Amino acid sequence: MNIETTGLGTLIILLAMAVVTLATRWGGVFVMSFVPIGYRVRQFIHAMSGSVLVALLAPLAVNGDNGARLALLTTAVIMLTLKKPLPAIAGGILVAALFRHLWPMLA
Amino acid sequence: MAGKEATLHRLDRTLVWDGFKALLPISLFVTIFGIAFGVAAPQAGLNDSTIMLMSTLVFAGASQFAVLELWEPQIPLFTMMVTVFAINARHLLMGATLYPWLEPLPPAKRYGIMLVASDANWAMATQEFTRGRPGLGVLLGGGIALWCFWVLGTWLGLNVGGAIRDPASLGLDMVMGCFLLAMVVGGEKNLRMLLIWAVAAGASLLAFYYLPDNSHVVVGAIAGGLAGVIWGKRDHEH
Repeated sequence: MNIETTGLGTLIILLAMAVVTLATRWGGVFVMSFVPIGYRVRQFIHAMSGSVLVALLAPLAVNGDNGARLALLTTAVIMLTLKKPLPAIAGGILVAALFRHLWPMLA
Repeated sequence: MAGKEATLHRLDRTLVWDGFKALLPISLFVTIFGIAFGVAAPQAGLNDSTIMLMSTLVFAGASQFAVLELWEPQIPLFTMMVTVFAINARHLLMGATLYPWLEPLPPAKRYGIMLVASDANWAMATQEFTRGRPGLGVLLGGGIALWCFWVLGTWLGLNVGGAIRDPASLGLDMVMGCFLLAMVVGGEKNLRMLLIWAVAAGASLLAFYYLPDNSHVVVGAIAGGLAGVIWGKRDHEH
């Protein structure tokens, strides 16, 4: 079904987006309220919480440009050495920006 | 240990305010994301009130950018909804991982907090829980901060935008990636976790190349979760 992107149609699209997004925010909690949280479920959830982030980041690291890869590497190294997130994030962004400016051919 | 566990779902005004403040630095970057969205959206043909309403009601940057790609005089409603669902499906996993701490709350509070669940505040809240500290204040207060600055950024983009034409040249496309990586690296690190992450990364990449768009996060996360059950740690709690 196609919706016109004018007037009422726009509103329908916005509401559909909002409802679908809300369903994702509430759905996980809702489903879990029917699942008894035993030892296995706890382990699954614990392992999954880090894995969500890794799964988000993996294609970024593999498919991103060299600026993106260097940024992630910088963040990881600073985080491992200083153990402070803000310098790690700022360092990563700075490296991506500098690399893309200085060596646009390699980025 | 049991007493400590019992207070982790604590939520009061001080914790929410502390959470708000904890997410302020990253909110600065979220504002810039918002500006980028406020600059891009009119170019896709959306009018100002639609754009503001979208950022206010949807509050999910990646899916909003994706809908811009679909924006034509006519939009296939179902395709649009599937796209938004696929991109935001990671919220389902976030809700599931937070459930042990949301469970003691009354439903209104439980679902109310989840209204503002997003990558950054969820990652930080999870880290708080892992360290044995109450994290729901970070989730709620931090989420409110992110939401405010996302809407503010969108408004700035519409009204004084153009200042940032190319976020990638300033490295700003890497904000969320670097933030989330910092959360991963700052978390629990041992051989078991590394194996789980390797499984998650491998599954994510396979899904990225061979399965439909945007399935990689969910596939990778579930693969990592299963790996965690298979390589269960024996010395833990029970």
